Amino acid sequence: MNTRRKTRNLPLHLVLVVVGALMAVPLLYAVLSGFKSTDQLSRNPIGLPAPWNPGNYTGILGSGDFWRLVGNSTLIAVATTVLVVVLSALAAFSFARFAFRGREVLFTVFTMGLMFPFAVAALPLFLLLRSLGLLDNPLGVVLPQAAFGLPMTIIILRGFFRQIPGELEEAATLDGCGPFGFFWRVLLPMARPALGTVSVLAVVTSWNNFFLPLLVFTDSTWWTLPIGVQQFQGQYAADYARVFAYLVLAMVPALAFYGVAERQLVGGLTAGATKG
Amino acid sequence: MTSTFLPGGRTGPDLAPPPPPASRGRGRRRRRTLNLLTAVGFQLPALVLFIGLVLLPMLFALYASFFRWGGFGMPSDLAGADNFTRLFQDPVFLGDLGRCLFLVVLSLALQLPFALAMAVLLNQRLRGRAVYRMLFFAPYVLSEAITGVLFSMVFAPGDGLADHVLGAVGLDGLGGEWFADPSTVMATLFLVMTWKYFGFHMMLYLAGLQSVPPELTEAALIDGAGPWQRFRNVTLPLLAPTLRISVFLSVIGSVQLFDLVWVVTQGGPDHHSETLAVTMFQYGFKRYQVGYASAISVVMFGICLVFSLAYQRFVLRRDLEGATTTMRGDGT
Repeated sequence: MNTRRKTRNLPLHLVLVVVGALMAVPLLYAVLSGFKSTDQLSRNPIGLPAPWNPGNYTGILGSGDFWRLVGNSTLIAVATTVLVVVLSALAAFSFARFAFRGREVLFTVFTMGLMFPFAVAALPLFLLLRSLGLLDNPLGVVLPQAAFGLPMTIIILRGFFRQIPGELEEAATLDGCGPFGFFWRVLLPMARPALGTVSVLAVVTSWNNFFLPLLVFTDSTWWTLPIGVQQFQGQYAADYARVFAYLVLAMVPALAFYGVAERQLVGGLTAGATKG
Repeated sequence: MTSTFLPGGRTGPDLAPPPPPASRGRGRRRRRTLNLLTAVGFQLPALVLFIGLVLLPMLFALYASFFRWGGFGMPSDLAGADNFTRLFQDPVFLGDLGRCLFLVVLSLALQLPFALAMAVLLNQRLRGRAVYRMLFFAPYVLSEAITGVLFSMVFAPGDGLADHVLGAVGLDGLGGEWFADPSTVMATLFLVMTWKYFGFHMMLYLAGLQSVPPELTEAALIDGAGPWQRFRNVTLPLLAPTLRISVFLSVIGSVQLFDLVWVVTQGGPDHHSETLAVTMFQYGFKRYQVGYASAISVVMFGICLVFSLAYQRFVLRRDLEGATTTMRGDGT
């Protein structure tokens, strides 16, 4: 029985190995190419590096430019996440625990935001940010990112807040908690897993955003990693090996974050998709 | 830290404790107003940000689309519907619509079925499935910009990885100019999009498959249904809500595609990979024809709106009804 099952599974494994190779090979190719010199890369495009030459990686890691981009991306991601989670938690609390006229209309307004791509608003948003003097200012990226993150975050958090039994709120009120006291001291601590999920989503979205930083940061001071990668390729177009090394180093934070927060990320994406 | 928020520290009218029920009618009305104020107070910060940076810009794009406008000062040179009539005579814009349709059709016909097949495969007890699951999803967490730069080098004509691998296995004929050839640029782009996005859809399907009760497939097995019949008649119908959501996300994603194209080809060669968002960007930010670019935004908005409404009206509604009843039934 056991061996029969194994042989029956063989074609399935074969499919997985082939697909897995197609997924992994571009990434491995970039990692290996980063260890070659550009000269070696043109002579030996797909083999292992011989000799292994870590100079591209160490050169980039040793320059302040790369770390500045990492710092900018981090700062913007953290600021966006704090803002969007705080505002969404307040709003989701109100949607989940208060009955008031117009609530469903208001909620529909927020959920409609999910249907519309950022590109639609990009142009007028740019003009607005320009007139507010927010170009080349991190707030010019943080505020719109938070605004566009609100719908998804509110939907996920509302769903979670609704599951918390009403008796808890009654008990808190009897103990002298006002609405904000209940929100802050009872609801938020209980919602920690959901808050983790939406935070991870917000961090990844901000970290990978390209369009908005491209519009807002004309000057290199505040460039984020995705912008930096594109610029680096333009700057060192002929030096393939260096571009590969840069790419790999730029991927590491996102992949590492995924490794640590896989459960929250996947859970958040599936929850967001099915509840939206 | 929490002591700042002790009940005594509360300020503002919206947070005052409920009034004593002295006179019942007035008290109740006051309490209701108070309730409304509190609820709206919690909403306010999010609402201000959302209206200011999402809704108003979208409305402004609609307004600006009726003007000839360079983007400085307020729009004043009214153009009526000229921008829109010009759009529908613009071969690049019409090409954008065709390319958008191309990506939608290929995604629905190839990418999503592929993602479904992988999900069904990885839903079985196979050795190493956790590793495969993680690997297939990994590209989704990479930035589009990084993915774009990576694949512009993988598909570099002549000396990229793709041509070398094809050459090594004796399939030189399949290699070519990839992104540089007008006739293959969109297909190559679609390959990259599949590499990047199928894992996301696969994860959605896997989550859906986990919620298919095993008793049902077992019952079908006892009734003598083969593997295909069990999939077709038991699993697939139960997966339908997930499939519909995934189709919706895929279509919206194709309509708004920008980052990947901008990084890899900037719409070239000769507009052959341009998308709506790229054309909008070209006119709005490079040529300062903001009124015309706004008209493109409005068309994108219109496509999304019509599609969303039609989809919700005809396809999603049943799911939402189903979802609410099961939620009550489970007590979750």
